[in-house]
Amino acid sequence: MKRVVITGAGTINALGATVPQTLEAMREGRCGISELEFRDVERLSIRIGGQVRNYDPETRFNRQQLAPFDRFTQFTMIAAREAIAQAGLSFSGELAARAGVILGNSGGGMTTLDENYRSVYEDGKNRVHPFVVPKLMNNAAASHLSMEFNLKGPSFTVSTACASSNHAMAQAFQMVHGGITPVMVTGGSESMLCFGGVKAWEGLRVMSRDACRPFSANRNGMVQGEGAAIFVFEEYQHARKRGAEILAEVAGFAMTSDASDIVMPSKQGAARAMLGALKDARVNRDEVGYINAHGTGTAANDKTESAAVADVFGAHSDRLMISSTKSMHAHLIGGTGAVELLACIMALRDGIIAPTIGYEEPDPECALDVVPNVAREARVDVALSNAFAFGGLNAVLALRRFG
Amino acid sequence: MSIKDRVIAIIAEQAVLDPSDVSLDNTLDDLGIDSLGLVESIFAIEEEFDITVPFNANEPSESDFDISSVSTIIAGIERLVKDQS
Repeated sequence: MKRVVITGAGTINALGATVPQTLEAMREGRCGISELEFRDVERLSIRIGGQVRNYDPETRFNRQQLAPFDRFTQFTMIAAREAIAQAGLSFSGELAARAGVILGNSGGGMTTLDENYRSVYEDGKNRVHPFVVPKLMNNAAASHLSMEFNLKGPSFTVSTACASSNHAMAQAFQMVHGGITPVMVTGGSESMLCFGGVKAWEGLRVMSRDACRPFSANRNGMVQGEGAAIFVFEEYQHARKRGAEILAEVAGFAMTSDASDIVMPSKQGAARAMLGALKDARVNRDEVGYINAHGTGTAANDKTESAAVADVFGAHSDRLMISSTKSMHAHLIGGTGAVELLACIMALRDGIIAPTIGYEEPDPECALDVVPNVAREARVDVALSNAFAFGGLNAVLALRRFG
Repeated sequence: MSIKDRVIAIIAEQAVLDPSDVSLDNTLDDLGIDSLGLVESIFAIEEEFDITVPFNANEPSESDFDISSVSTIIAGIERLVKDQS
């Protein structure tokens, strides 16, 4: 089997418009959550989110490009340009024929859907723009990315709610690992911060009105975010031969299904996914120094995840660090695992552990080192990234420090 | 129908029971209503009475709205209907 390394990373999210900006914000424990700004926000009871600010699509894309790009596609393209520029790859000939793109995305073009439903239902219009369907389809971002970069290999979109990105990246890893292709572009994107998107989440009564405080005893729910993160996964020898900079090694993954409840998480499902990732990556549990938690800030997730970590790691769970960066960039739903992979890369490559901010009161049911409020320097050899979706679909990635 | 009977009818429907099988001192747990069932019942109550119930599933005990038994739920709804009418 081939070794798989990451040679490019790109992002745009509430913490920054590039990877360096995002990592700087994570190091400083900055919060990207603020008052939401969009039409009809006053009709919501939840009015905070991790919204991408100071963003003008016209400065990023020309008018012709923008016409078929929903906001989630725009974010994808911005992140992909940064990642592929860093990797220094251009795709032609044999490489173009084999390389593809697998993205995780849950809501698709929800802003497009929201705007056009409003137009036909509320405004009573009987005509919609011809690009509504190609804009809102879940695979639009993957398709536009394949077109811009000439990726002609296997390309598709994975939709598993909050685990979409991790499932997508695990699948991309497997394609490179198994020798199908030397390069895959992967990650995820989401943009549900529109009236209908937030209203739907509001109905479930799991959203916080004031802050995302994962693992803190006074946590009161999740906060939605938006954005994208894209990575270049490359076969190690292919990267080495061309002298590419290696950010980290993707060592393995596991996927499990709880097969129990459509919204409540399961300790067993989460634990099996973490154990499976360790086994696939051939690492001992005491080698794991950092876990980027799913850590949504809901009562149910954080205690279940903490119990699963304690079960998997036993005595070592007191020595490892686990943080939820959702406290800063909020929950990007289908795109969240991709942005969170950046925190794993920072831990492995830079030796800096992103904190769980907003941490105010210890919870005996989450008695782990959650790196409260302030980033920490530490050498980490192996990191896990957890994602546990509604519907009980779990995906955990294992990354290893390179060099 | 009184507020009490309308709330009991909603809870009974969620629990798939006859309203006569729901007693005032029952907890939701007694009736087999889980957290998602509770959120659904609250939605049905809000629709029935055209009110807003302040309830966050992450901190059920923090809400002003007491869900510890059928009778406390009814008392809470009676108060909200009065306040929000």
